[in-house]
Amino acid sequence: MDVLLALLAGLLTAAGVYLLLQRSLLRMLFGVILLSNAVNLILFVAGRTLRAAPPIVPDGLTAPAAAVANPLPQALILTAIVIGFGLVAFAFVLLFRAYATFNTLDADTLATMPEDSPADDEPPTAD
Amino acid sequence: MTLLLVLPILIPLATAVAVLLSRRAPRLQRAWSLLGAVGLLAATGGLLSAVWTGGIQHVQLGQWPAPFGITLVADVLSAVLLVVVGLMGLAVLVYAVGSLDTAREQSGFHALYHLLLMGVAGAFLAGDLFNLYVWFEVLLITSFVLLVLGNDRAQVKGAVTYVLINLVASLCFLAAIGLLYGLTGTLNLADLAVRLPEVEASGLVTTVAMLFLIAFGIKAAVFPLFFWLPAAYHTPPVAVSAIFAGLLTKVGVYALIRVFTLLFTQDVGYTHTLLLWVAMFTMITGVLGAVSQTDVRKILSFHIVSQIGYMVLGLALFTPLALLGAIFYVVHHIVVKTNLFLVGGAAHRLGGDFELKNLGGLYRARPGLAILFLIPALSLAGLPPLSGFWAKLIILRAGVETEAYLAVAAAVVAGLITLISMTKIWNEAFWKPLPADRSLSDGAPSMAALITPIVVLAAVTLTIGLYAEPLVVLAERSATELLNPTGYVQAVLGTAPPTAEMAP
Repeated sequence: MDVLLALLAGLLTAAGVYLLLQRSLLRMLFGVILLSNAVNLILFVAGRTLRAAPPIVPDGLTAPAAAVANPLPQALILTAIVIGFGLVAFAFVLLFRAYATFNTLDADTLATMPEDSPADDEPPTAD
Repeated sequence: MTLLLVLPILIPLATAVAVLLSRRAPRLQRAWSLLGAVGLLAATGGLLSAVWTGGIQHVQLGQWPAPFGITLVADVLSAVLLVVVGLMGLAVLVYAVGSLDTAREQSGFHALYHLLLMGVAGAFLAGDLFNLYVWFEVLLITSFVLLVLGNDRAQVKGAVTYVLINLVASLCFLAAIGLLYGLTGTLNLADLAVRLPEVEASGLVTTVAMLFLIAFGIKAAVFPLFFWLPAAYHTPPVAVSAIFAGLLTKVGVYALIRVFTLLFTQDVGYTHTLLLWVAMFTMITGVLGAVSQTDVRKILSFHIVSQIGYMVLGLALFTPLALLGAIFYVVHHIVVKTNLFLVGGAAHRLGGDFELKNLGGLYRARPGLAILFLIPALSLAGLPPLSGFWAKLIILRAGVETEAYLAVAAAVVAGLITLISMTKIWNEAFWKPLPADRSLSDGAPSMAALITPIVVLAAVTLTIGLYAEPLVVLAERSATELLNPTGYVQAVLGTAPPTAEMAP
């Protein structure tokens, strides 16, 4: 199980890095999403996967009786998923704004776009 | 004591809530915001004095004993940096109130600003790597929104680079956390300091250390990972640029200092030599980038990169004197760099542009502002008797003592080129006559709100320069604490660390 998950994390990382190296910003963001899933899997495997009882302490005891699964990585992953979701949602909106402003999502074309807004009625940035 | 440790996080949070609730009343909103910033400064001052007299302070949230619960720790380094955060938070906020357009101020600037301060304060207090990750994300998401607030073309363009690269950096950080947990079964910094030397696979530990170096290196903008910074920092309003320039990269430097003194000291020969090279290239490439720019904000952005090199150099030399220098440098740099951005903004208010060729005649019109520019500018270049001189002197001396002559040479050259590009700003914006087709405004309204924080920060720079001893003593004590992690470990874990039954 550990080996399978490790291979899967590696596969996701490879695909994520491949997408990150593309010119399209949207594909780069998809790469980030794949990478983030790979990292979540790494966290999961780091806590070791084993077929054990749920980590619940029975009444009257201060420690679980038998070997239990490690709940900490799952708590970490849950936090990481929530944070990652928020960041990716923001990044999507930002890319949408970039597309609406510059009419392109190609990183090379975007780099050549002028930063000043010549025809815009927008006032210059405040100091 | 518990309260003092939590206040630097709670005050900005409460302020953010208060300003969100008073969105419809701009005056009330400003009052809450300023009050919150004053409160943060006071609380951090209290924390510093408590840490100074009582040693390392820590609190276990929810009474879960370390290493199982969430730990907040303040040693001298954290406390000093928190005071600087409080000072910058207040100074830049005053400037922002005087300079920001109503649209930006009304669309959530104050709330985001205080949440950013909360993220920075939390990162300095975190005693747990995952907790540190969460605070990094808090300050990251607020910095994203602050960066694009207002939706200018330049802002959107700069933010795309900034957001994508920082997302990758966060993932690196998280992956490193996962691998470290797999190796040791703990994420508490103090517990890790005990467990890491016992890990047999030392090669794996170094690999994880390199992942941390990449993650924090991107945040701190070191060579070759800094390209997002000059692409983004000149785009938002100056108040936002100033607080970013002062605080955000320094959180990365703080994290580097923390993990490479407390955790990854097993293979100093490899890791810290790498840091040394990184520091040298960062110093040189940063100043060379600055020389090629003609926009005030872009010049200053490249100088952030170059100055980060000096701090990393202090960490890389890894002697008590060098660490002292690095900490001194961080404090000096936050004040000076923030102030330079503020002066740049004031020049823009008067001259109407950031482009050097369109500026001029500021010395004739505003000699006072010219002096206020010279203080941080010459301090950045390292001229006596300003704060930058002592910062550079300590680092250079540490370099000579450890016989890292190449790095010392790089630092001296970088300082010289810094002086050249500061002179360039001086010549173009202040000294040369105003171009014929341009005119200077009188800065109204609210020029006083722009000048006051600049005066205060320049006074801080002068004070550190003329009376450096208190800061040196503080930095010396934090360097001693950093090089003897047993004090940190004992303070957090208690004398008898509990045995972990949860080891995977």
